[in-house]
Parts: sequence; structure tokens; C-alpha cells
Amino acid sequence: MTKFAVGQAVSRLEDEPLLKGQGRYTDDVKLPNATYAYILRSPHAHARIRSLDVAAAKKAPGVLTVLTGKDVAADKLGDMPCFIPIDNIDGSKRADTPHPILAKDTVRYVGDPVALIVAETLNQARDAAELIEVDYEERPAAVHTLNSAKPGAPQAWDHVKNNICFDWQSGDKAAVEAAFKNAAHVTKVTLWNNRCVVNSLETRGAIADYDAKTDRSTLYTGSQGASLIHPQIADAVLKIGKDKLRVITPNVGGGFGMKIFLYCEQCLIVWASRKVKRPVRWIAERSEAFLSDTQGRDNHSVAELALDKDARFLALRVTTHANLGAYLSNFGPYIPTVGTRMLAGVYKTPAIYINVKGVLTNTVPMDAYRGAGRPEAIYLLERTVDTAARELGLSPDEIRRRNFIQPADIPYKTALGDLYDSGDFPGNMQRSMTKADWTSFAARRAESEKRGMLRGIGMAYYIEICGNGPGEGAIIKVDPKGTVTVFLGMQDNGQGHVTSNTQILSEKLGIDASAIRIVQGDTDFTPEGMTGGSRFSATGGTTLLMAADKVVEKGKEIAAESLEVAARDLEYKDGKFTVAGTDKAIDIFQVAAAAQSKKDLPQGEEAGLNAKVSYALPSATYPNGCHIVEVEIDPATGKVEVLRYTVCDDFGSVINPMLLAGQVHGGIAQGLGQALFEHTVYDEQSGQLLSGSLMDYALPRADQLPNIDFNFHNSPCTTNPLGIKGSGEAGAIGAPPAVMNAIADALYHAAGIKHIDMPATPQRVWQALSGSKAGKAA
Amino acid sequence: MYNFNYHRPTSIAEAAALFVKASEARYLAGGQSLIASLKMRLSQPSDLIDLSGIAELRAIKADSANLTIGALATHNAVASSKDVQRAIPALAQLAAGIGDRQIRNAGTLGGALANNDPAACYPAAALALGAVIHTDKRAIAAADFFIGLYETALAPGELITSVSFPIPKTANYQKFQQPASRFALVGVFIAQTAQGVRCAVTGAGPGVFRSSVIEQALTQRFDAAALDKVNVAAADLNSDIHATADYRAHLVKVLAQRAVAAA
Ligand SMILES: Cc1cc2nc3c(=O)[nH]c(=O)nc-3n(C[C@H](O)[C@H](O)[C@H](O)COP(=O)(O)OP(=O)(O)OC[C@H]3O[C@@H](n4cnc5c(N)ncnc54)[C@H](O)[C@@H]3O)c2cc1C
Repeated sequence: MTKFAVGQAVSRLEDEPLLKGQGRYTDDVKLPNATYAYILRSPHAHARIRSLDVAAAKKAPGVLTVLTGKDVAADKLGDMPCFIPIDNIDGSKRADTPHPILAKDTVRYVGDPVALIVAETLNQARDAAELIEVDYEERPAAVHTLNSAKPGAPQAWDHVKNNICFDWQSGDKAAVEAAFKNAAHVTKVTLWNNRCVVNSLETRGAIADYDAKTDRSTLYTGSQGASLIHPQIADAVLKIGKDKLRVITPNVGGGFGMKIFLYCEQCLIVWASRKVKRPVRWIAERSEAFLSDTQGRDNHSVAELALDKDARFLALRVTTHANLGAYLSNFGPYIPTVGTRMLAGVYKTPAIYINVKGVLTNTVPMDAYRGAGRPEAIYLLERTVDTAARELGLSPDEIRRRNFIQPADIPYKTALGDLYDSGDFPGNMQRSMTKADWTSFAARRAESEKRGMLRGIGMAYYIEICGNGPGEGAIIKVDPKGTVTVFLGMQDNGQGHVTSNTQILSEKLGIDASAIRIVQGDTDFTPEGMTGGSRFSATGGTTLLMAADKVVEKGKEIAAESLEVAARDLEYKDGKFTVAGTDKAIDIFQVAAAAQSKKDLPQGEEAGLNAKVSYALPSATYPNGCHIVEVEIDPATGKVEVLRYTVCDDFGSVINPMLLAGQVHGGIAQGLGQALFEHTVYDEQSGQLLSGSLMDYALPRADQLPNIDFNFHNSPCTTNPLGIKGSGEAGAIGAPPAVMNAIADALYHAAGIKHIDMPATPQRVWQALSGSKAGKAA
Repeated sequence: MYNFNYHRPTSIAEAAALFVKASEARYLAGGQSLIASLKMRLSQPSDLIDLSGIAELRAIKADSANLTIGALATHNAVASSKDVQRAIPALAQLAAGIGDRQIRNAGTLGGALANNDPAACYPAAALALGAVIHTDKRAIAAADFFIGLYETALAPGELITSVSFPIPKTANYQKFQQPASRFALVGVFIAQTAQGVRCAVTGAGPGVFRSSVIEQALTQRFDAAALDKVNVAAADLNSDIHATADYRAHLVKVLAQRAVAAA
């Protein structure tokens, strides 16, 4: 192998083992003497449990234990935590939704865990589950985001009036109202941001082992950071103390935010394994994933944009109803509230006011999904900006150009308090337009029309906020035998952390990539951290650099002792400490050997050439970019085809352009999926998930994705040493508004239709075109 | 899945004998529908009789009047068969559009007909072409075979051995995919046969059916424009989360026009 540098398109070090089947995902963890768990879930969206009889199940062949809410109460287990406090407009606190790991007397969504069966085989556990008799008293279910917030709607929780968990505001209401009084024009847009089922390729899973000698459990589970769930299970729920639990996250097959949070099953499996004193396995089936993985989006919003006579934005007012599901997930209330900061976009809108009502419903709990609040904000904003342009007879680029924050305005503080440190928004848009042949679109439209097809072009300019969050840990240990091991708190779930970290460290320490080992996901060894919010490279990368700096610093002290010179006379380069101006040198691994013995260690230092850093970025980063989409619609069927996709992003500095392109492609695929295909449908009466399998829930497929022309026009971030902004969520944020703006362009041009909601399924498009009143799209 | 006994006979007679002996047997062909329902514990057969060992069920042969395809021919075998492509290209094209590559390599003609999924493709071809379904006991005309939702004229234990498709003058199949499963949201098979113009519709109703309004219009003039004024009634069509009855009715007409244009 060779030394890598930051900026090189190194192919993924992960791929070869993963493609050869040498990966180790949760399901690959085979423990001797393992037992199997099956979870009996509520078939009702809302019901009281009159009685629950598990006697027959307990006696069924192979069954080791059957646990219910009664056992949860008897063992005095804690509830599932939600970390996000919210203050209501009137100063009161948001409502709480006590969430036991097994339903006690009420089930609140289809899929709510009711009983856990552990048996020698999975089939035996399933057979036993069929013997459990539950007498449910069904109650009316709150399902629809908007309707559930109306007086008289069914209540998901008796103590939460009109299901409003919180009524939150942000921005300057008075300034906005004043601005609207002086507006020359007001554009109003009402839209849905459709609910998405995350659908990671690898479903969730939990396998717990128990060591009776030490009374200690080990949980193997897919996560986006073992350290985040560790204290929740050990302290908050099971109350066994963190030292009694080790959490290991092996390879993870996709998370998209959904695997950040604590789930009942992780607690249940550890708890059950401590009871049967054997390993217990649980791997979700796809149908369970549909009923129990947190879902994303599901907002209804009204936006009003006030403009002056020159189409300059004066103020933006937004009211959103956000579905929270049946229980507040770890970060549930954070997503629809904090994400609204991005409603400022890349524009100089002087006044913004936002009101968000969090609505509890009898549906699967909601939490972050790739973008986590920012896609919702940017979709709303960019659809509103396009609508305003149409109403005022301006082109989409012209209205944006008039309102952009110009490079000369930066650093720029938005009306919602974000300080943009860098960026060239007009430049990015121009580059994207050039690459997309924006100006010659009319000829392509004419060609489509000759074939009876409708063609549209649309753009969206997104900006997002990344790098926020708690401190990230990095530990570096230099082994005298010739390896450098890095322990990271963050967790790869497909991004390529091993590759990018190896690149950063190989360049920084000037050592061979083959000498570097990256370790993640083991609370016995790895520090605190969590992958989410596109923060891995900016935060994690910086933390790693700081740890490497510490290694070099400490190395110099030790090398100085060995070489009998002053530390300040040493230079570090290419893995060697050299006395400046001489060829006297000692390599980093020799220094690591010297660091083992007391003799060469500086006073008060621990033995070994190690360093540990925990770091949080002092300020957020603001990736941004311009997506341009061209679509063709078959008016006879309503089918939309995406013909061209151009994006020009500003991600700051780039560690690995190939990994970056992978993030952009994946994000766009998911964004396109949301815009065109992904349609989560709950029956409004019964609360049953009608789109509960991949036979009814359409994910985007390779043959539906266009070639993506990915470009960047980077302005390095000024607030972190690597200059990185983050890229993981960007595609999923930019794609939905760009696609829907293109569709609106085609539909407006052909039929004067201003808006349709996502997903733009063939039926919806056809209904809009035919003006059919017969049955709104389900 | 519940437990079951597994058999792999090598002849039709052996398969039929095994079926009679078992308390609640099911034949297993490609497994693309059956295995999924077993995994979801929606059915609980005592015995599965795997037909894959019966080589004679795979044959495909054509003469001047008929194309005969063995029940165990996979969708992929039909799609890539030179005989099928020559005799009834529309059938090869239909088979090539079923599900995805994996499903086409496992799923079979006999399984598809016996299953009679209301959104399956083959039933439309069988009905439009006036196919004859041969079983180990008798021959059944397609018009008598498809009875209702997942229901056929097959008696318990009756085994489809092959299907004969009379070779039409022209034929074409147009399918509009259900976005998730890629079954037919609506599929229309149009054929000019010795008995006249036939139009069979799948995906739109509770089972495959012939559209008489379309057949009448096309009998007068076999031209897409002949359907311009035709009104396909939505009354008996399906409404679900993917499509209302109105949209399905509209698609029937659009697809019929496209099929005529392409036939
Ligand atoms: C994701 C997906 C997409 C699909 N898309 C399409 C599509 O677009 N169009 C389409 O037409 N189909 C589609 N299918 C269905 C597919 O074609 C199946 O293969 C077919 O329906 C069943 O055939 P099989 O050979 O797999 O039968 P099996 O699943 O093995 O059996 C189905 C039923 O038929 C019975 N059976 C099988 N063979 C015989 C026989 N010779 N005699 C009597 N009974 C028999 C079995 O006992 C069982 O009851 C799709 C399936 C899936 C999973």
C-alpha cells in the first residue's frame, strides 16, 4: 500500500472485504447456545389491553420466557428517553409521552411491542406468540397530521389536548407582521412534506450475550454510535449501570439517521438475555421495519412570502403541523423545530416567523431521516420562491439572483441567527445552469412537445446546517510493532469512514495506509460519538487531526529525550522525528517503543505514544448548492421521467471526491424517491399502515435514476481547520424541491397547474392534468 | 413459516400420487408467490411437492397453429425462447416484463396461471389468445379457467402440465407498472385471432376480464383511433392506494390504444 493524501479519490478500503462476504453485520454475530426472540406487536393503532394471557405460550415447546408490560413494571424498568425539551409559546413545557419498552395497559400504534417471547428456535417463538391471547378494547385512532390537531379529533393521549404536544415559535413575529403590511405582493403556498419509511438495506437487529461470572451483558446492535445508546439502555431503562453493559456495533448496512436512536428491542433483548442467562437474538424482518423503525418528514405547512415591488423578499411566515408519531423518539421534537432555521435559505430575508405544532398520532414514532428537518425547510422555501417567481413573471434564476446573499455580504447573519461563514451562491447557481444548458431548454421542450410529451426544468438552491452536536472522541495509539490504531466514537454505516480517516491520518502522520487501523463501535474501547447531521468529516476529521497533533507533540518530547536534544529542535515529517538541519532521526514507532519505558517519558505522562481528544466544533458549517432537474411527463399516463440531473455543490474542502460523489448520488436517489415514489399511506380510520411492504411502498430503483452530473464549486469552511462543510444529507435536501419545481414547470406550462404534492405518482400527475375530481390521491 | 414435509418427484404421476397421500399438499413451482405466503404464515400446507424435478414440464414447442409451453417454463425461458419470439413475440415481450430478473429466473407459467393473481400478466395473454390449459386430467379453455380473485377451475391436486396458445395474426401486450411491486397496475393484451379481435385486461379488476367495448370498436376498425370515443366504465374496477377506479379505466383505454398501435 501507499501513503494517501487528503483530496485523493482513493477507492474504498471497505469494499473488498464487504464484497467478498467478509463483513460482519449484526446478523453475522453467531454466539454458541443462542436463543431466539420474537416480538408480538399490536395489531391495533390504539387500544386498551383488557387482558393478556401468556400461560399457554409459556408452556409451548422450546419456550424459555415470555415477558410483558407486567414484567417491565415489576422490574421497575425506566421509560424510553426523549432528549429534547421544548417550550411552548405560552411558556409551558411540551407534553410528555411515557414510553415503556413493552406496552403496559395501552397500545398506541400498529407495531407497538406487547410481548417478547424467547425460545430455542425462531419458529418456536413464533408458534408460542400465536398462543398469546390479548383482549383489546379498541379506541379511536388519531392518524392524520392535520386533522388530529382539530378539536374533537380522536386523542392519541388523553392528557394531550387536541394532540398538540407542543406549540413552538421562532423568529420575530412583530417584524414579520409589519413587513407584510408594506408588501407589494404576497405568495402563499400550502403543501405536504410526505412521510417516508427509511428502509435501510440491513434491518435493525439486537443480539445480547450475558456473562454470569461478571454479571455483565454485551449487546451487538446496528447503530450510528454505540456510545449514544449505551447509557440509555444501562442507566435509563434497565438501571444496571454502564459498567454492566458493553455495546458493540459491527458493520452497519445503512442508517440514514434512523439507527441513531434507542429502540425498545435493544433494551428488551439485553433484559431477556439477563433473565434466560443465554444469548438472545432478534433481527427485524422487513415488515417489522415498516412497523417499528422511526419514520421521517410528514409535515403540513403554509408559507407566506412578502415581496416588495422589485420582488425582493421582505418577510416569511410559516405555520407547520408536524407529525411526531405515538411516542416521542430520542430527538423527535428536535427535527421539525430546529430544522426550520434553514428557512432563511440563501436569501436576505430580513424577517422570519415560524410556528410549529407538534402533533401526536397513533402512528410509528417519527425522528430524523437523512436531512432531519432541513429537507422540510428547504422544500417549503424553494417551492415558495419558485411560486413567487411564477406569480411575478420572473424566471427562477432571476428571483433568486435578486435575493441571494452575495459573497461580499459574507459573513452573513440570517434572520434566524445563523452565521454563514463562506459561500458563493450566485456563482454556484451560474455554474449549475451552465452545466445544465439552462438557456437552451426551450428547444428541448419543443422537441418533447413534438412527441406529445410535457417537459419541465426546475432548480432548487439548498443550504443546510451541519457539524452541530456533542463532542466527538478520537483516541490514537501508536504500537511499537508498526501500527497506528485509531478508536473513533463515530460509526460508519456505509459512508466509508475507514477510507477517509485513513486518508486524513496517512497524510497527517506521513505513514503508510496499511499501518493504520480504524476501530469503531465498541464501548469498551471507543470514545463518545455519533454519526448524524453530516458531521463526520468536519467534526470527526478535525478531532482526528487534533489527536494526531497531540501524538506528534508527545512524540517530540519523547524523541527529544531519546536523541538528547530539545523538543523544539525536532521536526516531524514522513513518520520521523528529525533534528532540524541534521540527518539524526528516530521514527514514530521507535518513539512509541521508547514511550513504553519510564526513562524517556516526560514527567506526568502516561506510558505509550497515545493521545485522546474530545472535541465539538465551535460553530456549525453550511454546505449549499444548486440542483437542476429536467423532467418529461407523459400526459396520457401521468408518468414522470427524470431526464437530466445537474448539481453544483459547495462542500468546502474535500477529503475524497469519490466518497463525496457517493454521498451525493445516494442522497439524490433518496430525495428523488421522496419526490416521485415513496408514499406512506395510513388508513385514516384504523391507523393500519397500508403501504407496509416493498410490494406497496415504492423505493427508487437504478432504472429510474438519471445520470447525475455532479460538480463542485467549493469555498472552504473558515470555522474548522480542515475547511470541510459536510455532504451526507445534501442530496436528499436539494433533490425534492428541484424535482418538484421541474414538474410544476411542466404542469404550469401545459395546463396552468401551480402545485402538486409529493410523491408525484403517475396517478397524482394524471389527476392534476385531467382536473379529475374523482377521488383525491390516496 | 410453519413446518412441512418436502418432496421432489420426477414424474407427473409420482407428483399426483404424493398429493393424494398428503393431508394438505401444495405444488411448488418457482416459489415466487407461494414461498412469500408461507414466510408470512398465511398458509400452512402439510406437504410441499416441488415440481422442479419433472423435466418434461419445461418443454417449449411450436407448430404452424399452436405454441405449447410447459407449465414449468420460467418467465425467462419464455422470454428468451426463439420459438416463442417467432410464433408470438407479444408473449415473449410479456414474459420479459414480469417482475425482475430474479423472479423471471424462478417464476413459471404454470405457477402464474394457477395462482391467478388479479394483477398477473399471463392470464391476460391466455384469455386474449384463447389458450388451452392442459392438466394431468383434462384440457381447460382459458375462458373457463380464471374464475375469480386467486381462484381457478383447477380441482385440488390437479396439475397444469402445459399451455397451448393459438398463434394470432397480431398481438401486443402493454403494461403499466404498479410503482412498488411492478405487477400490472393495468395490463392490456390485444390480439387479432381466428375468433376475432380480443382484448383482455389484467390488474384493473378483481380478475382478468375481456373488454367488450374495446373489442367491438376494434372489430369495426383495428386502429388506435377507433378507441378515441370509447368509454371504459370504472364501476367494476379496483381502487386502492396506487390507483382509483377512474385512473385504471383511463389506463385501460390508453394501453389498449398503444397495444393496437404496436401490434
Ligand atoms: C416482486 C414480484 C413481482 C412480480 N411481478 C409480476 C409481474 O409483473 N407479472 C406477473 O405476471 N407476475 C409477477 N409476479 C409473480 C410471479 O410471476 C410468480 O412467479 C408467479 O405468480 C407464480 O409462479 P411460481 O412459479 O413462482 O409459482 P409458485 O409460487 O411456486 O406457486 C404459486 C401457486 O401455483 C401453484 N402451482 C404452481 N405450479 C403449478 C402447476 N403446474 N399446476 C398447478 N398448480 C401449480 C402452487 O401450488 C401455488 O399455489 C411477481 C412476483 C413478485 C414476488
